[in-house]
Amino acid sequence: MTVGLFIPCYIDAVYPEVAIATLQLLEKLHVKVEYPAAQICCGQPMANEGDQVDSAPVEQHFVETFRNYEYIVAPSASCVSHVRLYMDAIRQTPEVQQVRRSTFELVEFITDILKITEFPWAEFPHSIAIHNSCSAIRSLHIAQSTEVMSTPFDKTAALLRKVKGLKLVTMDRPDECCGFGGTFCVTDEAVSASMGKDKNADITRHGAQFAASTDMSCLMHLQGIARREKTDLEFIHVAQILNGGPYSRPNNSLTKEPGNSNIDGQPSANSKNKSHVL
Amino acid sequence: MSFNIVHPEKLAAEFLNKDKQHEPQHDEHLWTSRVKRDKEAASIPEWEEFRELASRIKQHTLTHLDQYLEQFEINAVKHGAVVHWARTAEEHNQIVLDILRQHSVKDVIKSKSMLQEECGMIPFLEKHGISVTESDLGERIQQLDKEQPSHIVVPAVHKTKEDIARLFARHIGTDPNNTDAHYLNDSMRKHARPLFLKAQAAMTGANFAIAETGSFVVCTNEGNADIGASLPPLHIASIGIEKLIPTTEDLAIFIRMLSRSALGSKITQYTSHFSGPRKNSELHIILTDNGRSKRLGMPEFWESLKCIRCGACMNTCPVFRRSSGLSYGAVYGGPIGIILDPTIDEKKYSELPYHSSLCGSCTEVCPVKIDISGQIRQWRRVMADHKRLSLIRRLAFKAGAAVLSRPKLFRAAEAGAYGSIKLLPHFLIYNNLFNAWGKHREMPPFAKETFHDWYQKNHENDEHIQD
Repeated sequence: MTVGLFIPCYIDAVYPEVAIATLQLLEKLHVKVEYPAAQICCGQPMANEGDQVDSAPVEQHFVETFRNYEYIVAPSASCVSHVRLYMDAIRQTPEVQQVRRSTFELVEFITDILKITEFPWAEFPHSIAIHNSCSAIRSLHIAQSTEVMSTPFDKTAALLRKVKGLKLVTMDRPDECCGFGGTFCVTDEAVSASMGKDKNADITRHGAQFAASTDMSCLMHLQGIARREKTDLEFIHVAQILNGGPYSRPNNSLTKEPGNSNIDGQPSANSKNKSHVL
Repeated sequence: MSFNIVHPEKLAAEFLNKDKQHEPQHDEHLWTSRVKRDKEAASIPEWEEFRELASRIKQHTLTHLDQYLEQFEINAVKHGAVVHWARTAEEHNQIVLDILRQHSVKDVIKSKSMLQEECGMIPFLEKHGISVTESDLGERIQQLDKEQPSHIVVPAVHKTKEDIARLFARHIGTDPNNTDAHYLNDSMRKHARPLFLKAQAAMTGANFAIAETGSFVVCTNEGNADIGASLPPLHIASIGIEKLIPTTEDLAIFIRMLSRSALGSKITQYTSHFSGPRKNSELHIILTDNGRSKRLGMPEFWESLKCIRCGACMNTCPVFRRSSGLSYGAVYGGPIGIILDPTIDEKKYSELPYHSSLCGSCTEVCPVKIDISGQIRQWRRVMADHKRLSLIRRLAFKAGAAVLSRPKLFRAAEAGAYGSIKLLPHFLIYNNLFNAWGKHREMPPFAKETFHDWYQKNHENDEHIQD
């Protein structure tokens, strides 16, 4: 099995450590992984605005880049839900349909395709609140939403429970949207920020040191708010926890403190020096 | 530029920035309803089957609407009701005015009706010298404050007790500093009672109209529809044609779901069935279209006609809870409003589909399984197709698409992101949007080395299936 790794733009540019964690984790799970260098984007940003015309060439490019892989895996429920559920700006050829069906978010790929449940190397002695994104919950059904009267499940939590030392914390509104919503975060700025503040407060109120998510886009928004409000809350992708790092980016000259470029460094929840877990 | 177009994000920001009381309280009240709804829904083991069944009953009725409407009319007439048909809001209002004039009515008491709201009936009647008093407390509050209802079920939920104390002080002479709910409620009751007794006609809406019996059902928690329908000798009910259901047996499922979805209570305090006029009275029913048959003919949007007006989508919507129903600038706010309002005026409400984070919660609480979130997405496509995207959206996305379709440009943009001008990822490339990000948020911590570059360095000898 060869997996084509899709890395969303904001992970590539802002959180490369999450991409590295995803790559290393899949390799640890004995998966052959390739990162096709021609990849750009899945088309979601335009499609979510309703702009099918501008989304089409980007979607086409995605299919051409990934058409020869048995599986396509991305550490983002949001992008994957676009590919699988909404990528219809282009003609639905058998090839397009095949690519859409074969694209998986990391947690569901590990759970449903690889069926792996043990991560003996993983240790994370911190309290975590899981922020499954709306795409993860209501589009990909990685967790059962609280609105639906059915047996609860949470694939993200099931994996994280296997990590040594990790403590899961429950929120009052576990699946309330964080307010990111793509362009919504800037075009509806006041509402978006208010939702984000409430989400961070819910996480913090229950004593979590970290918000862990399947989606860095949500966390980028929540992190921006937390840093502005100067709170101690930290943000981390599920892949980093399951892989055991890296917790900081390679060659990170943004961090002034020496030694923080070590990609295998441990996170420092609630310590004053938090520059290596941004 | 934006003449006549409602900008919900601006109205929402005003509500949020008003003070530190309104928005948190609004959010908490409505969230409490959502939590109660979850509890009540969970108490019915077959809840999800109910949703499916309710959806199918509505779908069936809407696809045989002509038959059920005629059946309803025949049976209602048998009971002695007079049935009128109104194609438009104007026709509806004119029919009401004609009936009132025939009976020399000067004062009307009315219970809640979103349809009458939609038709702009009160201003129309007032223009013709007829005084109308809302009998629902929340609606009365909104009427006194000259505002539209901000929520289908709880019309004044965006107001605090302090707001209401000040409002009542201005209009009915209560103590502006006494915010005790019992005191305010009792004062309004004393003030409204004589108006109720004086009215020569009552108006109601209807929650359901049953074809097999020709009767209709009005659900309230205050019994206010009943006082109206019981006192004056004239009762006029405005019923949207989508309110039809085939049988009384079908009604059971909707009654079990309506109040549980709306407020998380098992049933409304009053569930009144009206079958024909009282002795020495008249009952008029106005079956009103006002755009509904046009909506029924829209392959992508007909589903919104299944709506039973429970407001569950409003309670669960994180955007609605933070912005209030008034931010939608329309009779119908919230998720259901986003998909209904553009069928009434596409241009005016062209920004509404963007007042959503597309979280999808509305779709999952809807008791009749309208895919509200999917329809919001669909409306965005319509707005983009019809070139209704605002300038800021167009610029952002032209730039985005131009960069995204060219890998090298994309890489260049990313490289630029690390420089002194810290650009957001491509989908936020646009200076004005930048400021919006930074108002409450620090900029994302861009990495010096992208994953792309890291991978090229560390995996450069890997074989690729395709590159």
